Amino acid sequence: MTTANVQVKKSKKRKDIAFPIVNTIILCLLMFITLFPVLNTVAYSFNDGMDAVKGGITIWPRVFSTDAYTELLTDSAVYQAFWISLTKTVITTLTNLFFTSMLAYALSRKEYVLRKFITTVLVLTMYVNAGLIPNYLLISTTLKLKNTYWVYIIPTMFSCFNMIVIRTYILGLPEALVESARIDGAGDLRAFFQIILPLCLPVMATVALFVAVGAWNSWFDTYLYNGSKKNLYTLQYLLRMKLATTQNSSNAASSTADALASSSKVAPITVRSAISVVSAVPILIVYPFLQKYFVTGMALGSVKG
Amino acid sequence: MSTVTKVQKPTITPKKKKGFFQSLGKQWQLMIMSVPMLLYVLLFNYGPLWGWLTAFQDYQPKKGLAGSAWVGLDNFRFLFGREDFRLAIRNTLAMSVINLVLGTVSAVLLAVLLNEVRNRTFKRTVQTVTYLPHFLSMVIVVSMAQNIFASNGPINQMLLSLGLVKDPVFFLGKGEYFWWLVGVINVWKEVGWNTIIYIAAMTSIDPCLYEAASIDGAGRFQRILHVTLPGIKSTFMVLLIMNIGHLMEAGFEIQYLLRSGLTMKYSDTIDVFALIYSFGSSKPHYSYGTAAGMFKSIVGIILLFGANKIAQALDEDTLI
Repeated sequence: MTTANVQVKKSKKRKDIAFPIVNTIILCLLMFITLFPVLNTVAYSFNDGMDAVKGGITIWPRVFSTDAYTELLTDSAVYQAFWISLTKTVITTLTNLFFTSMLAYALSRKEYVLRKFITTVLVLTMYVNAGLIPNYLLISTTLKLKNTYWVYIIPTMFSCFNMIVIRTYILGLPEALVESARIDGAGDLRAFFQIILPLCLPVMATVALFVAVGAWNSWFDTYLYNGSKKNLYTLQYLLRMKLATTQNSSNAASSTADALASSSKVAPITVRSAISVVSAVPILIVYPFLQKYFVTGMALGSVKG
Repeated sequence: MSTVTKVQKPTITPKKKKGFFQSLGKQWQLMIMSVPMLLYVLLFNYGPLWGWLTAFQDYQPKKGLAGSAWVGLDNFRFLFGREDFRLAIRNTLAMSVINLVLGTVSAVLLAVLLNEVRNRTFKRTVQTVTYLPHFLSMVIVVSMAQNIFASNGPINQMLLSLGLVKDPVFFLGKGEYFWWLVGVINVWKEVGWNTIIYIAAMTSIDPCLYEAASIDGAGRFQRILHVTLPGIKSTFMVLLIMNIGHLMEAGFEIQYLLRSGLTMKYSDTIDVFALIYSFGSSKPHYSYGTAAGMFKSIVGIILLFGANKIAQALDEDTLI
């Protein structure tokens, strides 16, 4: 009897050790699979162009070279695109945060008489989506934003999902905060800017990350509205043009107006990888520091939203 | 609490009972904070609905909405008469379903595995790493995929060296692979991100349940099966129903960036179709694109309402 018990215990113990080991191996493998394409791109970007065309590079450059980066850093179009991407991201993030959080506050006030009406209007936007072409016609034909810098800012000033995230956070704050501000004679504007907004910093960090990443990563707005304005190209759009070049390599020279590719003695694949790295680095530096915030923000927004 | 405020601000309570416009006047600051955004949403989210009229027109940009000729349902007849539009509907649904199944299964699986990790640093490291691709733009991801899946890329080299294939597989140029390629790339990009909500649900499971299960002799797998999975069931159902409501949204970024002439029979979703018909040729056909988008939206609304009804019938949380 006792020996049987010991044997059961032993096998149980072995199972308890076996599972964490297998689990750790699986998760390490997953991390490798996640990181491999990223490291592969970095390796390509630091590889000699003629050699890279042969393929077969894994996570370390075979013939080290910084030609692709030299090529990028001597091209004024890249600086211009970086500048557009950067300013667009900063302005979009600030305006979006400002308007979204203000509306979130207004809709968190239970005594507000328009609360129900505005909430319904916003919720219905989840159902009603006119589609790509009507949106294009509105922005280009009606509002005449095509070929302007404003097309990067104005259509992205508000987002419903982020509003819900911020509102949920504000509703979690003690009601007495606003009440006492009122007693002291502060209106809603002051109560929001001086009391609620400073307390919302964690959720604002989350939303700022979402908005900034969206703005930095978008290429389609440039493609649709500013495809003929070279001075309004963004980094992502430059990359997308490189991508189109490699896809249709047969008619590459004619199909793209991209000066980078035609004048280049380095291979498109290394330049493409280098632009990927340059445009990914800013985000990869920022996001791990905000991880704690966005995880809570995501959970809040999706569970209660 | 309420009595205290009443005592402190005796003027507020009686005024609330007065007319709608009087309280609106008192709330002018809240109006300043909300009405501009209301107008903004009306313009940018509801304004484009006027554009749906062009679906019933032979819309010419130069003539505008007022000057273009009305054609009734001709555009829709044209669409449904075309094979490539029927293929686009098929591709949209196929890629949606593949994304839904692969995405959900992988996220639940990873969440369960992460939930079993006891070492906090390791858990956090895995999470940080798997969240990373979510923040990369689709252009970068497709660019990476082109390197990885190239005929002389790492995947083919691995398959060749393992002897699984004799010749390199032409992943990017064969239509049959396209749906699965999109599914795999989407899983790679979003699996970590999608676990966030499941892990949040798992942390709210009462630890006593695990203890009780252990005392009753449940092993690790039984605990996962009988405690963890039931604990995330309602989250799972809400997400599933919500995703069913979004079945018409297969996306277009990844398809549009990854497609080529070789794969177009499998790659073009309704959005890609609309995009190509509207901008692809030198003479834009906005009406076809609008009609395709309108069809998609209306089916989407029906699906979303249907999904909401199912949710109510199942007594889960309503989605909105």
